[in-house]
Amino acid sequence: MSEPVLSMKGITKIYGNGILANDKVDFSVNAGEIHALMGENGAGKSTLMKMIFGIEHPDEGEIYCRGQKVEINSPTDALKLGIGMVHQHFMLVPSLSVAENMVLRSEPRKGMFLDMEKAVAETEAISQKYNLPIDARARVSDLAVGMKQRVEILKALYRGANILILDEPTAVLTPQETSELFKQLKLLREQGHTVIFISHKIREIKELCDRITILRSGRSMGVYNVDEVSVEDISRLMVGRDVVSKIDKAPKHPGAPVLEVKNLSYGYAQEKMMLKNVNFSARGGEILGIAGVEGNGQRELIEIITGLRPIEDGTIKIGGKDSSHFTVRQIRDAKVGHIPQDRLTYGAAGDSTIAENLISDKSDSPTVSNGPFLSAKKIKDYCTRLIRDFEIKCADENVLVRMLSGGNMQKVVVARELTGDLSLVIADQPTRGIDVGTAKAIHEKLVELRDSGVAVLLVSADLNEIMELSDSMIVMYDGEIVAYFEDASTLTEAELGQYMLGVQRQTEDEIREVCYEQ
Amino acid sequence: MNGFWSVIFSAGFVATIIRVTTPIIFASMACLIAKKAGVRNITIEGTMLVSALAGVVASAYLKNVWLAVLIGMLAGVGIGLFLGYFHIIMDTDIWLTGIAINLIANGGTVFAMFAITGDKGSTASLASLTVPNINIPIIKDIPILGEILSGHSFFTYLAIVSVIVMYVLLYKTPLGLRIRAVGEYSMAAESVGENSNRIKLIALALSGMFASFGGMFMSMSYASRFVRDMMAGRGFIGIAAESMGGGHPFGAAFAAAIFGVADALANVLQSFSIPSELLLMIPYLATIVGLVLYSIRRQEAEKKRIQKMRQSNTVKEG
Repeated sequence: MSEPVLSMKGITKIYGNGILANDKVDFSVNAGEIHALMGENGAGKSTLMKMIFGIEHPDEGEIYCRGQKVEINSPTDALKLGIGMVHQHFMLVPSLSVAENMVLRSEPRKGMFLDMEKAVAETEAISQKYNLPIDARARVSDLAVGMKQRVEILKALYRGANILILDEPTAVLTPQETSELFKQLKLLREQGHTVIFISHKIREIKELCDRITILRSGRSMGVYNVDEVSVEDISRLMVGRDVVSKIDKAPKHPGAPVLEVKNLSYGYAQEKMMLKNVNFSARGGEILGIAGVEGNGQRELIEIITGLRPIEDGTIKIGGKDSSHFTVRQIRDAKVGHIPQDRLTYGAAGDSTIAENLISDKSDSPTVSNGPFLSAKKIKDYCTRLIRDFEIKCADENVLVRMLSGGNMQKVVVARELTGDLSLVIADQPTRGIDVGTAKAIHEKLVELRDSGVAVLLVSADLNEIMELSDSMIVMYDGEIVAYFEDASTLTEAELGQYMLGVQRQTEDEIREVCYEQ
Repeated sequence: MNGFWSVIFSAGFVATIIRVTTPIIFASMACLIAKKAGVRNITIEGTMLVSALAGVVASAYLKNVWLAVLIGMLAGVGIGLFLGYFHIIMDTDIWLTGIAINLIANGGTVFAMFAITGDKGSTASLASLTVPNINIPIIKDIPILGEILSGHSFFTYLAIVSVIVMYVLLYKTPLGLRIRAVGEYSMAAESVGENSNRIKLIALALSGMFASFGGMFMSMSYASRFVRDMMAGRGFIGIAAESMGGGHPFGAAFAAAIFGVADALANVLQSFSIPSELLLMIPYLATIVGLVLYSIRRQEAEKKRIQKMRQSNTVKEG
């Protein structure tokens, strides 16, 4: 067994907003291995890697590189230690050539000029040395995604990296590109390089990696030899609930489908299919949960349904009417409420007051105006009522939203979206990053709406939330629906984990059952 | 109308085009280098004014035209760094800062001129110097060609040289590579340890330098004194020329020449009783039409690409 080339001992990281990202994590990588780092979103993988690459700094704990204790304060420090990172969003300048990107900041010179021939020659040399062929003179913007990634890997190697961190490298790749990447990484391993491979995909890890470290909720769940640990064990270690909190609800009484999505595909413009022929319907009086590891198409799906992204292929019907090309306004007029996942981007305007945010979707309705003018009195009455009903903690309705806590901010969004006549509610990560009390109130509100016959579509990365709240559930993996459970209450975490991680999928016929006819 | 054509097809008219294009070329180069580094420099007009006055005053007192040019240049570099300090280091809004600097330059030059000469209109009372015109040996003796190419201001030749220098700087030197990288995607440059603020400040200093040459051409060559508001929008026209030039020095210089033609035409046509204001509109209309056409073409290409993707995808699935 070889020596650890890089190890982290007792790493704790608490972010400024109090989130505990890493809790006494030990992490160690041996020279010449491909080491997988696995965990759900928010498990602390990225934070751990950022500390290795000098972007974040640990609050506690020590980092050792080749036996020496080191301080890594910037990416430059990391590069000096031979640590290179292949970011998920490539750090390449699109209009420059491959060679120009390679040599940026360590340019070969001829007198005072840039020696382009030498830059090309050096690029070709490194590309041959590692057997990663590339056209050094091609423009980066003309390259396919897999090729861009290869340039990133070569760039790190060119700068002397022998420990490579790859942050979810296969998320953007086609299957062919993925198998090509694996060949390359295995070659690098043969040449003595060390690779840290971040991924959600168990199959890829089984195929490629030597050892695996699993993180859950900021803690290490242990290090295993990939050969000696089963897929079921990995999924159980990774997907699990720390505390199970029960949500009380009456049996469901599903009605007619309110939302019908047919043959929805998306991603032609990005040349990477984010949604592949998605079909489902959400019925009134039922909470339909969409489970899945983040980045498997949920975001695109929700943004298309709510009109924030243009539709490319397929149809969407709301209340039986084709809403595929509706504007956001038309969709809202079809009695749709939307709690977006990013409350300060789509949910609320931080620099506006609570009142302005609460009335922003009904500024021309008689609820708050008299003819063409806003009525200060009506606004005050309306907002006071919502603030009381939704228990928004604030001095009055004229407080700026960004002065509120995350939970109260979310209450403002929820108050606006869940008031009035509704037939469909889309709740995207409705309780992320907010306090337990507020989360409970939001859950109760969603159940109350469902009991009154509203269709609720719930997307959540919080396993507890999705399992407790959903009446039925679909699971998304790699842009597709891979499972449908008519009754979500019988589902176990272990079972769900298998589908979320792409280990299992139901038959087409089973999945098709989620399409109810009007 | 016979008179008109004989004016247009005279060597003197071509020489006029070259002369009036000079400040626009400098302004477009000033805009280009800043934009390549990712900063929209709209202070070029103001920078030109300040340098124009600084050069004139320095030449009157120092009695050395080259030392005066150096001082005018330093004034331009100073304004570039001044903008950089506020926008890049202190993170102020680029438009507000830019507008403020232009307004300060506008009023400040008149104030300074009044304090020095007691005159608010021009520096006619100062015995300021002009940069020499240069006669090119041999070429100056060729008929017609000599009249067109020879005998221009030092700054006119410098403008032509600076287009080439700009090309070499941007595309053939390490600094140019870093400027382009920072301007397009600064995080990529920072990920390999580049200090993108430093690169932006260097680009703004160079931007100020190019603008200063344009300003001094106006007050120490085109005219022999500083006159209030004498740039008359040439700094802004340079910005338009840069955007029409497709982000390339040669393109920007070519677009500047089109504006130069319009400017020269407007001069000539005034004596033929066609309103010059109407003629001066043409280049701006051309800019807008050009940008619209460019945008339409891009959208069409995007639609086609999606269409193609969709077809190839259907084939794969089927």
